Amino acid sequence: MASNILIVIFVTSLATYLSRFLGVVSSEKIKETSKMFRWFNCLAYSTLAALIARIVIFPLGSLAEVDLSVRIFVVSLCIIIFFLTKKNLVYPTIFSAIILSLITSFV
Amino acid sequence: MISSKYFLKGFSAIKGVGSPAIALGASFIAIGALLKNLGFTIQQSIFSTFLTYALPGSLVMAESMLIGASLINIFLAVWLVNARLYPMTVALMPLLMHRDQPRWKYYLSCHFIAVSSWLIMKDNYENIEKENRIDFWIGIGVATWSVAIFSTIIGYVASDFFNKDILIGLAIINPIYFICMMVGAMKTFQISLSVILGATLGPIFYFLSAEWCILFGGFTAGTIAFLIGEKNGK
Repeated sequence: MASNILIVIFVTSLATYLSRFLGVVSSEKIKETSKMFRWFNCLAYSTLAALIARIVIFPLGSLAEVDLSVRIFVVSLCIIIFFLTKKNLVYPTIFSAIILSLITSFV
Repeated sequence: MISSKYFLKGFSAIKGVGSPAIALGASFIAIGALLKNLGFTIQQSIFSTFLTYALPGSLVMAESMLIGASLINIFLAVWLVNARLYPMTVALMPLLMHRDQPRWKYYLSCHFIAVSSWLIMKDNYENIEKENRIDFWIGIGVATWSVAIFSTIIGYVASDFFNKDILIGLAIINPIYFICMMVGAMKTFQISLSVILGATLGPIFYFLSAEWCILFGGFTAGTIAFLIGEKNGK
């Protein structure tokens, strides 16, 4: 099993590094002022947004045990806190964990 | 080699009100606990974060191992979930490229590309002269990567103390951090549209394919946002 785990770790990191590596290869030919760059910029932000929305709406693991309405409620509340604290990232993140733990242990 | 002034400037991005340390820490603590439950040794867990350093990839690895997937299937599943790193790299590296800087810095430091480090760099690159951006980036990368590795160790060691409620609390921190960072990044019409369309189409495409929804949804949303943005002069 031990060597198995090591092989799995290698395969995982290889599959991850591949996209990063190919990204650098492509970057050598793309100017930051080009249309191509702007397109990839849009793709990067939209893909990230899709990933995050998926994590919140169709989560894997422990978040799946919380009701969707609770997840949406916590997210909305934290965005409001983010703006109220002049875009401080520490408050909303800490607050989210506390409020969600409280809701799940008392409701 | 690497300018220590800009390296340290980048490294200090983990301090202060915009710090990713809590979000990164929380999620890698959860990963550390998860890997321990999967039967990893502490060395293997550290090694995993050290070499992969991309959260969704590690989660997919863990799930695949639980169901006993083959190596090929693990490779494909991880590649699929981390393929977003390709557009992210292409949207970042041209901003850091400078002819006076050696190529190896780019090929080595691309390992640090993950959601939090990427968002921090995108938020700060304009304040650094182009020639020094790669060293600044390596500073951000080493800082966030170290937090991830350190947190994996904490999570592994402390896993026995985590109950279900604590794990749920840890799991929400990272998405909240990402959402706030993304909302903060919506400074141009084109980017805002990319984010809003991506967040809408991603989950909609989930009903077509759970595996491909992020790539299909992201690609469609980003392309539409790009075309509309170009037409309206960004």
